[in-house]
Amino acid sequence: MNIKINNNAFWANPGETILQVAHREGIKIPTLCYMAELSPTGACRVCVVEIGNGQLVPSCAFPVSEGMEVQTNSKKVRRARKSIIELLIANHPQDCLVCVRNGCCDLQDLAAEYGVRSYRYVGEKRSGKLDLASPAVERDPEKCILCGRCVRMCHEVQNVGAIDFVDRGFYSNVAPAMNRSLNTTACVYCGQCIVACPVGALREKSYLKQAWEAINDPDIHVIAQIAPAVRVAIGEEFGLPPGTISTGKIPAALRRIGVNEVFDTNFAADLTIMEEANELIDRIKNGGKLPMFTSCSPGWVKYVEHFYPDLFDNISTCKSPQGMQGAMIKSYYAMKKGIDPAKIFVLSIMPCTAKKFEAGRPELSVTHTAPDVDVVISTREFARMMRIAGIDFTRMPDEGFDDPLGESTGAGAIFGASGGVMEAALRTAHFMITGKDMDRIDFTSIRGLEGVKESTIKIGNATLKIAAVSGLHNIDHFLEDVKNGKSEFHFIEVMACPGGCINGGGQPLPSSPEKIKKRMEAIYEVDRSLPKRCSHYNDSINALYDNFLGKPGGKKSHELLHTHFFKRESI
Amino acid sequence: MQSEEIYKKYPKNEAPNMIAMLQDIQGILGYLPEDEIIRVARHLGVPTSRVYGVATFYNQFRLTPLGKHVIRVCRGTACHVKGSLDILQILETELGISAGETTKDLQFTIETVACIGACSIAPVIVIDDKYYGGLTSKSIYKLIKEFTKKD
Repeated sequence: MNIKINNNAFWANPGETILQVAHREGIKIPTLCYMAELSPTGACRVCVVEIGNGQLVPSCAFPVSEGMEVQTNSKKVRRARKSIIELLIANHPQDCLVCVRNGCCDLQDLAAEYGVRSYRYVGEKRSGKLDLASPAVERDPEKCILCGRCVRMCHEVQNVGAIDFVDRGFYSNVAPAMNRSLNTTACVYCGQCIVACPVGALREKSYLKQAWEAINDPDIHVIAQIAPAVRVAIGEEFGLPPGTISTGKIPAALRRIGVNEVFDTNFAADLTIMEEANELIDRIKNGGKLPMFTSCSPGWVKYVEHFYPDLFDNISTCKSPQGMQGAMIKSYYAMKKGIDPAKIFVLSIMPCTAKKFEAGRPELSVTHTAPDVDVVISTREFARMMRIAGIDFTRMPDEGFDDPLGESTGAGAIFGASGGVMEAALRTAHFMITGKDMDRIDFTSIRGLEGVKESTIKIGNATLKIAAVSGLHNIDHFLEDVKNGKSEFHFIEVMACPGGCINGGGQPLPSSPEKIKKRMEAIYEVDRSLPKRCSHYNDSINALYDNFLGKPGGKKSHELLHTHFFKRESI
Repeated sequence: MQSEEIYKKYPKNEAPNMIAMLQDIQGILGYLPEDEIIRVARHLGVPTSRVYGVATFYNQFRLTPLGKHVIRVCRGTACHVKGSLDILQILETELGISAGETTKDLQFTIETVACIGACSIAPVIVIDDKYYGGLTSKSIYKLIKEFTKKD
């Protein structure tokens, strides 16, 4: 159909919204509550436009019609938008200078764009209680502008529904059921609500203070580990283009900050693959529970603990790479170096908020006195740390990781993207079963940003049905099938965040689908560029088995690298 | 009807029945206890936060139990002109609760109503479905005493 925007004619498809057509045609309309992948609500009204009869309508939720004439920049629109922004600010704390989102806040940006120069509306503000109780995600309800992005993310994309709108009118706010704190709900700490939040109403719990204290303590041996997805995103915090690979700059920066040694979580990802591939083969050969689900994503693991406790036997018992690395540092490494594990402080740098919760799981402690991973900071916190330390990240030289837990292969690298764990596991499972590598180790049918990727693979005489799933709403029908005994799958990889860790709740903000795509491309570029691309060729891994662990799935491995799950309440 | 029967009456996983279910439960129990909110959520296959959101959105739903005596204070225009705010404030002070709350001993609940429709006898309150009109700050004290003595 034909429509006119600002007196220019455009083609539009029936069912499209004014905003969709405008954005496609390069006409900017500001938005706040709108997220392309979520259902529109028209809640914030910032995207108002004027249509033919002078009516103001929210363009994100208003469908086009034949002959429609739209003005996106009339006097009426500009005045309305500015008033809307001023009204939002009127019920928002005026504490931008000390806000965690200072400098990357949608409301701040809009106020700047529309030239808001005074607090025109002054009145009572909604009060709310800080919720700081969870180990990973904090809520500051007074900052909430009720756009509902987090609510839609939590319900529509993650299928958790830990938060929703509560009360109404002036008292309307976003909160968990019964106004509980998040740590007593089924929140899986994926942090996608933080990614969705345009302001500072949701944020990660920061552990920078503890990190600095350890670094500044001369008696403490601080060891950092960096997750696969951090290296393809951290550059964004320092103005590098999305998808820039910063593998070498990270250890250089950490050493300058004062960290004693820098290990790579990619090493532990390779180790995870050895254990997980072995576990898969064992289940297939010996009639174990199938399908086997991966267990690297702590948000996903917590989701199962809340909603599908009957299916624990289907979850791989492997600890996540973070957990394995922590366990190896406080056992193997401590022994090898003759350092008291109590003097070792493991600082994880993760793209993930749920990892903060995972690190505090009491069962993840090989010393039984302190957690294997002492503190987890997000990619964003790591960037903050570097800024405070005066590190010019873009000018860091490329340095390597330390031995013996620093070497990694391409298989470890791709853990950061949805489909990557599966692909890495299949590379090694194929080798373990047939004694030779796959003809083509690039397994492209389970790559990409789609939420569900299914495929089959022939290994020896067996044909395995596999799937890689990300975004928790995509996993329910797989789980229901397993529950009802109807699942034909052998191996299912699940990552809580859409697209995997590259889009984790701890990654640089603001996020966008284009950035996620670039980060994913970069992950596979890391894989392609490495001389070794299969975990079983990692010499440090093989040395670790020879000198310490024995064999994959062996007694020592089970003791140190495998874990178990707990039923949790589903509220 | 017991609350057990409500869960039999409504099929599982049919979220559109949420409000009707909550009404039925409140009809029996007088309010919506947390346990029932959680149970409704599980029964209908929706997050507990959504049921709680609905229960807090509508004025009709109560999350705390009703007192033995429910005092409804009319705050309509006629009653307001005739001093219903004073009446309400005296009730709140004397019983030690705010409108919408129930006394700790579960004897009294105070609610406000937009208009009871008895403007000719303003200011008016309703206690346990009985109307008391033409109230003054004196007579309201007497009335409270009567009810507290009764128990």
